[in-house]
Amino acid sequence: MSTPDQIEIPSHEDMSSQLTGELKKLWRGESGLIPIVIGLGALVIYFQVRSPVFLSAGNLTNLFIQATVFVLLGMAEIWLLLLGEIDLSLGYVAGISAAIATILVDPKYHWSVFIAIPLALLVAAAQGALSGTMVIKLRLPSFIVTLAGLLGWQGVLIYIIDKQNSGGSVSIQEKVLRNLVSGDLTVFATWVLVGVLVVLMAFFILRSDRSRRASGLEGRPFFISVLKIVGLAIAGLLMVLIFNTNRGSFIVLRGMPYALPIDFAVLAAGTFILTKTRAGRYIYAIGGNVEAARRAGVSVDRYRLLAFTLGGLTAGIAGLLYASRLGGASDAIDGGTLVLFAVASAVIGGTSLFGGRGKMIHAAIGGIIIATIYNGMSLIGMSVATQFIATALVLLAAVTIDSVARRGSTTS
Amino acid sequence: MSSTPGFSSGMSLDGNSGVDPTVSQFLLSLRGIAKNFGAVQAVQHVDLDVPAGQVTALIGDNGAGKTVLIKTVAGIWGPSSGQIYWNGEEVHIHSPREAEALGIATVYQDLALCDNLDIVQNMYLGHEETRFSMLDEIKMELATKKTLSELSVSTVKSVRQLVGSLSGGQRQAIAVTRAVMRDSKLVIMDEPTAALGVAQTAQVLALIRRLADRGIAVLYISHNLNDVFSVADRIAVMHLGTLVSHGPVANYDTTSAVELITTGETKRTPAASAPAN
Ligand SMILES: Nc1ncnc2c1ncn2[C@@H]1O[C@H](COP(=O)(O)OP(=O)(O)OP(=O)(O)O)[C@@H](O)[C@H]1O
Ligand SMILES: [Mg+2]
Repeated sequence: MSTPDQIEIPSHEDMSSQLTGELKKLWRGESGLIPIVIGLGALVIYFQVRSPVFLSAGNLTNLFIQATVFVLLGMAEIWLLLLGEIDLSLGYVAGISAAIATILVDPKYHWSVFIAIPLALLVAAAQGALSGTMVIKLRLPSFIVTLAGLLGWQGVLIYIIDKQNSGGSVSIQEKVLRNLVSGDLTVFATWVLVGVLVVLMAFFILRSDRSRRASGLEGRPFFISVLKIVGLAIAGLLMVLIFNTNRGSFIVLRGMPYALPIDFAVLAAGTFILTKTRAGRYIYAIGGNVEAARRAGVSVDRYRLLAFTLGGLTAGIAGLLYASRLGGASDAIDGGTLVLFAVASAVIGGTSLFGGRGKMIHAAIGGIIIATIYNGMSLIGMSVATQFIATALVLLAAVTIDSVARRGSTTS
Repeated sequence: MSSTPGFSSGMSLDGNSGVDPTVSQFLLSLRGIAKNFGAVQAVQHVDLDVPAGQVTALIGDNGAGKTVLIKTVAGIWGPSSGQIYWNGEEVHIHSPREAEALGIATVYQDLALCDNLDIVQNMYLGHEETRFSMLDEIKMELATKKTLSELSVSTVKSVRQLVGSLSGGQRQAIAVTRAVMRDSKLVIMDEPTAALGVAQTAQVLALIRRLADRGIAVLYISHNLNDVFSVADRIAVMHLGTLVSHGPVANYDTTSAVELITTGETKRTPAASAPAN
């Protein structure tokens, strides 16, 4: 079009080459992931220097298992954070899910685990939906509604556990639930799973590049895609090497714990909804500018309710894995601290507390960082006090990096 | 009804009997529109015609009732009394959705864009294209680029840029373009250039002109008479809730417009001999 008065939308990065452009985007883009990964690298080096066991296969496997509950609860919280809401009750939603599944499969009731688990998850989703309904219909702030949830569900948890008259905790006898976390894939299955995942992701990356180019749209440069795929392959290979190394002392213990495929599945499902569906698009839109979403015809309340429900459901999954790791459920589950770690995981990974910005992968990164701090610090014998303070500092650093990154990206 | 007979074109009714036959000549016609909030008469007896392919400027002092009037057309609220005709048919617009279904798009001054989404995502918000119920990003991106270039908003560096990183004029252009993408027949803009500098205002005015050249009716509210005279085909003046005058821009000059805005009447008829269109 050759109208003289074109609207000029000037570019600010004409000068920079593609690669620096891409790096800049990574550095301060939506996620600010790079500084976080560098921080994680520094932590790993420090702990390894102080304690050579840190990078052993056994300890790393343990670290991933410790990270699982932070990762899953963090992903649960991201559904709410994206809306600019919060759910403080998710720690006890997880606790109740753990208790329901554990109690129902107990010999005393002897329910099938394949009924007990879906039922526990259903209850968790309903708890999320209940908070959501109160926030939406009564127009109450989610902070207060879910603070009440935190207290109330803790009461319910104590009630149903103590009803069992088994001394404040119920342990898991049932095999499937017990092995959810600590059961392992075979060495061969680990290779296959990781191999399939890497190939699938490479396929999706290349296919999306190709269809963009086929439609005449400029895509990311080819070598960036290749770099990504190589990075994925290296990460996959490292995982296989870690998990397939014998970590048992008396018996041979090898293979990837089931916790990881479960993490991957939840991560993939959440990411799919957020990036590929209207529901995901609307959750971002509501978090960014609720009035704009409403005027664009989005049924704002419906999608807010959906996010609360998915948050509850994901917390339910976290609860099942937590029970599996602890070998049972107890009335002393500290859902208050758990939910704060969940928020911290999401925010450390790069999700904004103010809504509209974040990704499911952030919880995975943040959860692993928190687990690294805890695992590493107890390995080198630091006190619990130091561990808390260190986590606090990491959280502050992450939020600072995030806000600096955001300032950078809005002026670019 | 108007203190300046001859300024209003196509007006033939003095009484209220029967349907005014002229409404079928216009895309949008308002007849006897009134809106009150409790005891407050914000708008009364407004008869206004908006033809396709022309820019109709709605001017008037602060509180004259311009925003209240266009919100009636946009479906924010119904009129207290009066009729709205769309292509000569009487319509009742109960919600923004219904207005949109008719082809009425409103660009409010606060624009209603999501800063955390990119240009394509904002363009299609609420109307996403899907394939196998997954978002069809490529289709949306291609269509966005096509519309932007048709409207000569052609130098966007990337339609995948976050809207939060755009300037005021760029955001305005995106909001207007979004209205066009929805196949709107009438685009209503409430002070689209109020917050813009000189250059960006010129760009937005050019964009408004191009909309009209595409056959779209534009109803444009502004306080800036220079802008109005540079872009409008028709002018409608509101004063204290009533429409005191409307007609082709040739019937007005700055002085008469100012008089109409401030007092509701004018002695000057600078182009009374100009043919009404
Ligand atoms: N929601 C409302 N409730 C009650 N009164 C209202 C409402 N909206 C507008 N009014 C009144 O109606 C009158 C017309 O307001 P309107 O917003 O239409 O003015 P305007 O012509 O758009 O002025 P401006 O140029 O300042 O935007 C004003 O007296 C205003 O106070
Ligand atoms: Mg106004």
